[in-house]
Amino acid sequence: MSLVFTGVCSHGPGITARRDLATPEQRDTFYAAMGTMRAALREARPDAVMIVAAEHFANFFMDKMPPFAVGMGESYPGPIEDPDWLAIPRRETRGAPDLGRRLITEMLETVDVTYCEEWQFDHGIIVPLHLLDPDNELTVIPANINCQGPPLTPLHRAWAFGEAIRRAADAVPERIALIATGGLSHWPATPDSGKINFAWDTDFMERWLVNDRNRLLAYTNAETYRDGGQGGFEIRTYIAAAAAARGQGTLHCLLPIPVYATSGIVATMEIA
Amino acid sequence: MSLYQLSKLLFVLNRDDAAKAQFRTDPEALVNQYGLTTEERTALLGHDIGLLYVLGVNGQILMHFAALCGIAWQDYLQQMRDGVVRHGPVRAGIYAMTTGADEKVAGL
Repeated sequence: MSLVFTGVCSHGPGITARRDLATPEQRDTFYAAMGTMRAALREARPDAVMIVAAEHFANFFMDKMPPFAVGMGESYPGPIEDPDWLAIPRRETRGAPDLGRRLITEMLETVDVTYCEEWQFDHGIIVPLHLLDPDNELTVIPANINCQGPPLTPLHRAWAFGEAIRRAADAVPERIALIATGGLSHWPATPDSGKINFAWDTDFMERWLVNDRNRLLAYTNAETYRDGGQGGFEIRTYIAAAAAARGQGTLHCLLPIPVYATSGIVATMEIA
Repeated sequence: MSLYQLSKLLFVLNRDDAAKAQFRTDPEALVNQYGLTTEERTALLGHDIGLLYVLGVNGQILMHFAALCGIAWQDYLQQMRDGVVRHGPVRAGIYAMTTGADEKVAGL
């Protein structure tokens, strides 16, 4: 039928693994916003949810790194991390092989997508999924943009990827929801873990909420690395979401939470 | 410098149970399968998180290796800081330290 929902949120193992090390106010504000998005996603009655992630070498490594990947597997196990450490039980998430194949076929008309019948979820997908679908009811199509191992996917290609998602979603009879996930500024897994450039996050979200394509694509990798850290490269997922939805955004949460090693970010965008 | 080979070994160790078992029982045999420099080899066999960090290993791989070695999160962070103090700034990759050696951003 069409794209019926678009949202973005931050991910990070700390969100679940170190949930209660945040102040109660930080924790409750972010978790409530995720609850709001969970309700909105359910209300959209999606047949499948495409989750555009920026994974961390769970499936893709520098031996052969695809700029874009989309799953068309029967099901996906995860988390790949220790469930006790991540505080998320291991699950098998239902995939959509036939629908995934049709979406990928259409997307390939404009972007070179690596298709995947196997995919393991790491915290980049499973943390948001756990919060948005704790009972494991949703059908999921995972997608990935290389935000991790340079040479990185250029921002304008992330935009093209989002446009391809939209075109493909609009071409199938099913109802497709889109969740894009990434931290904005963060320095994960380094001694800087917990550092957040909140001014940079706020500025990025201002650009995202009004869907200003030119300003979203204006960042150089050097600027992003300087101001947003290596974690800031994950803005690619938000850029793809804006290109897919084409509308204006609504902010539900934007709050620095150092112990989660990222800002707590939740926003949705109208489909225009 | 063979950062890719070093990274590949850590990547394999993060996911392959047989490699994990071999790392416990006969680490030298495992390490010999990769083209490492003496410094990289020593760092890996010595669980030297600080030196591995300075050599440029991506934190998204290194943090799992630290967990495999039984190193707690706050100790992992501190060992990277200590590595920079001892060996100098991170030499490659995109995971350089931008805070001070005495700075604990999130209190850890």
